[in-house]
Amino acid sequence: MKRILPGFPLTLGFSVVYMTLIVLIPFAALAAKAFSGSWEHLWAVVTSPRVVASYKLSFGAALLASLMNGLFGFITAWVLTRYRFPGRKIIDGLVDLPFALPTAVAGIALTALYAPKGWVGSLLAKVGIAAAFNRLGIVLALVFIGFPFVVRTLQPVLVALSEEVEEAAALLGATRFQTFRRVIFPAALPALLTGITLSFGRGVGEYGSIVFISGNLPFKTEITPLLIVGKLEQYDYQGAAGIGLVMLLASFGILGLVNAVQWWSARRMNITH
Amino acid sequence: MVERPADEHYALIFMAGAIQDLTTARQSARPRRATEEGPLARWTLILLSVGFFSAFLLLPLVAVFAEGLRRGAALYFKTFTDPMVLSAIKLTLLTAAIAVPANTLFGVAAAWAITRFEFRGKQFLSTLIDLPLWVSPVIAGLLYVLLFGSQGVLGPWLQAHHWRIIYATPGIVIATVFVTFPFVARGLIPLMQAQGVAEEEAALTLGARGWQVFQRVTLPKIKWGLLYGVILANARAMGEFGAVSVVSGHISGLTNTVPLQIEILYNEYAFAAAFALASLLSLLALVTLGVKSYVEWRARQQSEQSQISPL
Repeated sequence: MKRILPGFPLTLGFSVVYMTLIVLIPFAALAAKAFSGSWEHLWAVVTSPRVVASYKLSFGAALLASLMNGLFGFITAWVLTRYRFPGRKIIDGLVDLPFALPTAVAGIALTALYAPKGWVGSLLAKVGIAAAFNRLGIVLALVFIGFPFVVRTLQPVLVALSEEVEEAAALLGATRFQTFRRVIFPAALPALLTGITLSFGRGVGEYGSIVFISGNLPFKTEITPLLIVGKLEQYDYQGAAGIGLVMLLASFGILGLVNAVQWWSARRMNITH
Repeated sequence: MVERPADEHYALIFMAGAIQDLTTARQSARPRRATEEGPLARWTLILLSVGFFSAFLLLPLVAVFAEGLRRGAALYFKTFTDPMVLSAIKLTLLTAAIAVPANTLFGVAAAWAITRFEFRGKQFLSTLIDLPLWVSPVIAGLLYVLLFGSQGVLGPWLQAHHWRIIYATPGIVIATVFVTFPFVARGLIPLMQAQGVAEEEAALTLGARGWQVFQRVTLPKIKWGLLYGVILANARAMGEFGAVSVVSGHISGLTNTVPLQIEILYNEYAFAAAFALASLLSLLALVTLGVKSYVEWRARQQSEQSQISPL
């Protein structure tokens, strides 16, 4: 393509320099630090029992929370796009609250709510459930953090679904539930999976909203990002870099997963058309 | 449905508000009964979603203000006269005042390069721009400690020159720049892609110079999208916790931003003060969402007008 518009060297040059300084050089420093010792030591650090327990917790809690967000996110996106009821606009505007509210604020607010003497925690305590300073609290915080992802990826898809297809299904004798199960849900599935994966990815790395509510007990409620902070506080830079590298690789894996979902849905669409 | 690379999904999320007019249009043309659920199913779903929304999103927000005002308004306002709190507010404002304009400049430049030209490595640059949305904030902080910290790669050299980056203001600013650089670029790229370059090229043939084209043609077209990215970046810059916490060193009165000061007050059991300060950030979040809705509405209006107006 011939470049007619001006500014190519300036804008690209600036972007590349900026990215190199802010992203590429620091990533190189991380890799250099992680591999500065022996492989055996690196492996021993990232597979030590306490660290493995934190992976299980971070990934498990993020998975549970993202599935819960998938369910309620779908219902909310559906209700917001299909129905009209008082308060709809307020809900639609506030769905993004977890994006806009600083995580530390969310963290102390959720802790206050779910603590044994809090508004919700006192109710849960009556039935013998401890939410704050427990794994349940971590899941609840991640539900809060990841909720907008599912709603916001589903909304455009639910709006774009053509009504004619639903009418055709009804004309062919499908009940409303059959139409949903056979027509609407398959069309919305890729967006739903993408939303769940985004919510999962955010949950795995989340820190601010969790440190207050989790209680931070090793092997019990200690998430991986907190372990990294702990290593840094003990000036164990190499250990921190090693665990950081594992988390980064996990993030890239999740990014690959989202791309796979996109690819799969695009291919499926091509076959059906 | 069109194929979308994963990195455009954040753009989708950012732009989700723009679909609301479609929603309204769908509902004003009352659909036929055959494509509607019965009232029982409908109200069950509405109650479920409103219930979930109230319990999980609204209640924490209410709790912030309730806890902040629990010990009375006098104590609430007294929080904002504490010198440590004031210095935290100053540092947060300073950080945002540097990080947001820097990222705005970067966002415009990156969006211009990516949407106006073809070049090798474009996809890579796009992926890099999305990176902070994927990476844990703690990792973001860790990156700079490993680079600039006393045992970091550049640590000995910085110490020899008596420069402090980690556990000082520069580190806080850099970490904030990292977590907020996607917002402006991500807000602009889909918008500028959709708008195309016809008007810019017309301006060039009419004799406009490069800078004039941007200022007179492009900027008016993208101003709402730009503002959108800027307010989101600003909200994140003022509220960032994880990344800043790792590089700050928590020196009261010196390297604490507002979210870090909230943590300190909370850990010192000064709950009323912690929540009072948290309510300040909650107000910022609400204002951000309000401005965001307004900007989405204006952006929609603008795109409708440009479609109607004859060329």
